[in-house]
Amino acid sequence: MPAHRRLVDLLREGLGLTGTKEGCSVGVCGACAVLVDGDMVSACLMPAIFVDGTSVETIEGLSPPEGPLTPLQECFIRHGGFQCGICTPGQIMAATALLRDNPHPTELEVKRWMMGNLCRCTGYYKIVESILAAASGEGAPS
Amino acid sequence: MRTFDYHAVGSAAEALDLLAQYGEDAHLMAGGTSLMLMMEQGLIQPGHVVGLRSANELRGIGASSGGIEIRALTTHREVERSSHVRDYCPTLVEAFERIATIRIRNQATIGGNLVHADPAQDPPPILLALDAEVVIQSKIGERTVPLDGFFRDYFETVVEEGELLASVRLPAIVAGTKSTYVKFLPRTEDDYATLSVGAALRLGADGSCEHVRVALGSAAPTPIRARKVEAALQGQRLTGPMIDEAAELVRDEVDPLDDVRGSAKYKREMARVWTGRALRSLLDGGGK
Ligand SMILES: Cc1cc2nc3c(=O)[nH]c(=O)nc-3n(C[C@H](O)[C@H](O)[C@H](O)COP(=O)(O)OP(=O)(O)OC[C@H]3O[C@@H](n4cnc5c(N)ncnc54)[C@H](O)[C@@H]3O)c2cc1C
Ligand code: FES
Ligand code: FES
Repeated sequence: MPAHRRLVDLLREGLGLTGTKEGCSVGVCGACAVLVDGDMVSACLMPAIFVDGTSVETIEGLSPPEGPLTPLQECFIRHGGFQCGICTPGQIMAATALLRDNPHPTELEVKRWMMGNLCRCTGYYKIVESILAAASGEGAPS
Repeated sequence: MRTFDYHAVGSAAEALDLLAQYGEDAHLMAGGTSLMLMMEQGLIQPGHVVGLRSANELRGIGASSGGIEIRALTTHREVERSSHVRDYCPTLVEAFERIATIRIRNQATIGGNLVHADPAQDPPPILLALDAEVVIQSKIGERTVPLDGFFRDYFETVVEEGELLASVRLPAIVAGTKSTYVKFLPRTEDDYATLSVGAALRLGADGSCEHVRVALGSAAPTPIRARKVEAALQGQRLTGPMIDEAAELVRDEVDPLDDVRGSAKYKREMARVWTGRALRSLLDGGGK
């Protein structure tokens, strides 16, 4: 693998995992957020060689193809946490990391954590609502 | 981006050997956040990148003669979450929490931040206010330089070819010293500062100013100490109006740039305003 390849290219082009999106390419928008050994990073800034020997989680890995979705994904659907969807994989990866770190965040903690994930459609309210719903136990498979 | 050979090193010595071997064609990489962007834009095109990530001796936070030592490869997030750093100085935690987003803080390192030397970065002003020193290693040995004097110009430091930054050392904080970091950013929370101030203050039993430090970011080609402001306050019995008067002096010390975050004129004015506010909050018993 060429040394200059970025993680986002490895995922999307090398592995065909196009769930991870590329928006700004400079670390600002969060569309490319993935978890490396549990830590959320921008796949557009991370050299692919950095993930050698680590565990990388992307949107594709959150739930099996036949379902069920994770409670968080379910809440994004129920609460209208997305419109066009381009930012959604990044939002969900970021929120997944948040709920693992802090299962019962306050609204302010959600906003602080999600600050770096931009969305041009929803106006953010529905995203915050979706995350708080999941944190309150909604969306778990019955 | 031009491709390059990536050398993952396990120690500082290995990194220094490779820097000596490839000379100008080699470049160090820590978190890679700035270097990737600079290589993407063709601003730096090394043939050999020396990756420090696995050099574990360059990572971590420890005690150092009453103060603390933060090694170069420690990420911003590790600094922000360290109980050691919090016990040493909560203001340092607050300053690191203000850097960009958690994503960036998970990847970027304190060493990369200082050597990148963008004057708008958050750690330098507070580290200057706390009298930080940096340890620089080369094949010949080690030298320790005060952070005040480390920055030379935009994106330029005293780290020479063949050297690497090994750690940041912070001295013991004398009891009664309070510090604060203010980041003024009128655009979005995750942006670089339009202007930032790190300040430390200690008053004597009689209310006179025993110790004062004022440092600014985004105010000049490098992060700077506001020495005239400090000199005007040192030894004085401080009052609010006296602080406002001293803060006026900062206008002559700054040399800001017009950019998207504000005109030079605006930043000069904000330097005065925020220097005054930072010091007044410390005088009024704020800060940590
Ligand atoms: C989108 C974005 C937003 C940001 N916002 C902020 C902000 O608000 N505030 C802020 O303070 N910072 C901000 N930064 C900068 C960030 O904090 C990083 O500190 C900085 O980008 C470099 O850290 P790094 O470890 O990734 O270094 P790298 O990119 O790996 O290296 C940067 C430079 O330092 C050199 N270098 C690295 N480590 C060493 C070493 N140990 N010895 C010698 N040379 C070394 C490299 O050769 C390179 O020239 C932002 C960065 C990005 C990408
Ligand atoms: S595409 Fe990576 S943060 Fe925007
Ligand atoms: S849903 Fe369209 S950008 Fe977020």
